[in-house]
Amino acid sequence: MLYAILCYNFEDVVGAWSPAEDAAVMARLGAVEAGLAAAERMGATARLLPTTAAVTLRKGRELMVIDGPFAETKEQLLGFYVVDCTDLEAAIAVARDLAVANPDRGAYEIRPLAVYRPGSLDGASRQVRGREAHVRGAGA
Amino acid sequence: MTIANIDAAWIDAALTAARPQAVAALLRYFRDLDTAEEAFQDACLRALKAWPKNGPPRDPTAWLILVGRNAALDGVRKQSKSSPLPPEELISDLEDAEATLVDRLDGDHYRDDVLRLLFICCHPDLPATQQVAVALRIVSGLSVRQIARAFLVGESAMEQRITRAKARIGAADVPFGAPGAEERAERLNAVAAMVYLVFNEGYSAGGQELLTRGALCDEAIRLARLLLRLFPGEPEIMGLTALLLLQHARAPARFDADGAVVLLEDQDRGLWNGRMIAEGLALIDKAVRHRRPGPYLVQAAIAAEHDRAERPEDTNWARIDLLYGDLEQLAPSPVVTLNRAVAVAKVAGPEAALEMIEPLAPKLSGYFHFFGLRGGLLLQLGRKDEARVAFDQAIALANTAAEAAHIRLHLDRLMKESAGG
Repeated sequence: MLYAILCYNFEDVVGAWSPAEDAAVMARLGAVEAGLAAAERMGATARLLPTTAAVTLRKGRELMVIDGPFAETKEQLLGFYVVDCTDLEAAIAVARDLAVANPDRGAYEIRPLAVYRPGSLDGASRQVRGREAHVRGAGA
Repeated sequence: MTIANIDAAWIDAALTAARPQAVAALLRYFRDLDTAEEAFQDACLRALKAWPKNGPPRDPTAWLILVGRNAALDGVRKQSKSSPLPPEELISDLEDAEATLVDRLDGDHYRDDVLRLLFICCHPDLPATQQVAVALRIVSGLSVRQIARAFLVGESAMEQRITRAKARIGAADVPFGAPGAEERAERLNAVAAMVYLVFNEGYSAGGQELLTRGALCDEAIRLARLLLRLFPGEPEIMGLTALLLLQHARAPARFDADGAVVLLEDQDRGLWNGRMIAEGLALIDKAVRHRRPGPYLVQAAIAAEHDRAERPEDTNWARIDLLYGDLEQLAPSPVVTLNRAVAVAKVAGPEAALEMIEPLAPKLSGYFHFFGLRGGLLLQLGRKDEARVAFDQAIALANTAAEAAHIRLHLDRLMKESAGG
């Protein structure tokens, strides 16, 4: 099983860190990530830019781009895509395609990434599949 | 680092981040800057004791407001035993506030409170430097000593200056009602200009002053972010935040080890802060969608052109020239034209640029950069004697030691050349 770990904190507290404090936190996180990567348990890692940099494509009869993210609190973050786009316009176009494919309720938040490390998602999933096969084999 | 250390840093950052909203809300209750500040200080002291034990509250700002308010009211009650009750208007909303406080702490209230607080600091009766000083004291919570150091004046002189500014604010009629949409937009402009001033105070520092004044840039960015959270749909606030981020991203490369200025084209671009640049570019991208470009956004777009270029020769000077053209229309000023001339020199040559800045001479006769650029252009054209005169004038007008040292370098080179030739 793969787990997505979504990081929450008070944005204004993190925003009040000085560049040196921020770098210190990132260095500490980097040490943890290095350990996980060495064990091939590390997938894609992304740090999101502040919410103030985001826009939202709201679904509905008419697709609408608004300053966001102001999704209703009842709506929860269910997952995320990482797409490579030349600019915001192109990213919104991708979200439009997704919204058309899944036109129910909700919204897509389009947020530029600050740091992106592709990691070894494939390797990790291969490993997990291997372990599942091993478990099934043991059960049989 | 131990857990206790992380907690202390977290609490410190939380108190800093909550300060504008908390002081602003306390000011609404007590209508007196000193009382509001003292109440906030009290609440911070209590937070330092309570939070490590109980963990941080769900909403630190609301906690600080409630505790600060109660602490100040306690003080008022104790005093009232020996002195007559304070006039009713000094303690507004006394009855209903307690019960409904948490309900009222929604975004709208915060927004109007903070805007009011920032607006008080940019009171039109105060000169710009005092606006900045008061804002740094009240909104940012810098100590008088820190501010004095940033402005290169004595602590007691700064204390006096801030006290005088506060008195002037207190005597003036400060509007406490909720501002209307139009009024709010006007105030927001004044507040944005004040944040921009705070940034420039820090940005124009060099060498030795860098350590103390560079922090002002961080503080201005924090204030811009605060404004952006309060007004997430204002393209000019996006533009202002982007501008500050894109300029400050270059800070690590702007001075060499000796504190001398490193020109944009000589800077080690590997030292630029990539994350700040990415955030600035994203904000511009978003603001442009509103199709209402303002002066901050255009300035940010110009800064972005520099930040985007991987090497100096990749800089799109033609586009920068166009953007300066837009800026001349939106906010005409001789300084804008002077800056445009730098782009014109790259696109059309030094002759064209020189022609462009000559008419500015009467208006910019006291401006360091005018003579610096003039000298540089004359030098490119081989008019050495005239260049030397311009550089001499620039040195006489330099604001910082780093600026003077930079021009001195040009002059020394000229001297050496003429000695050799």
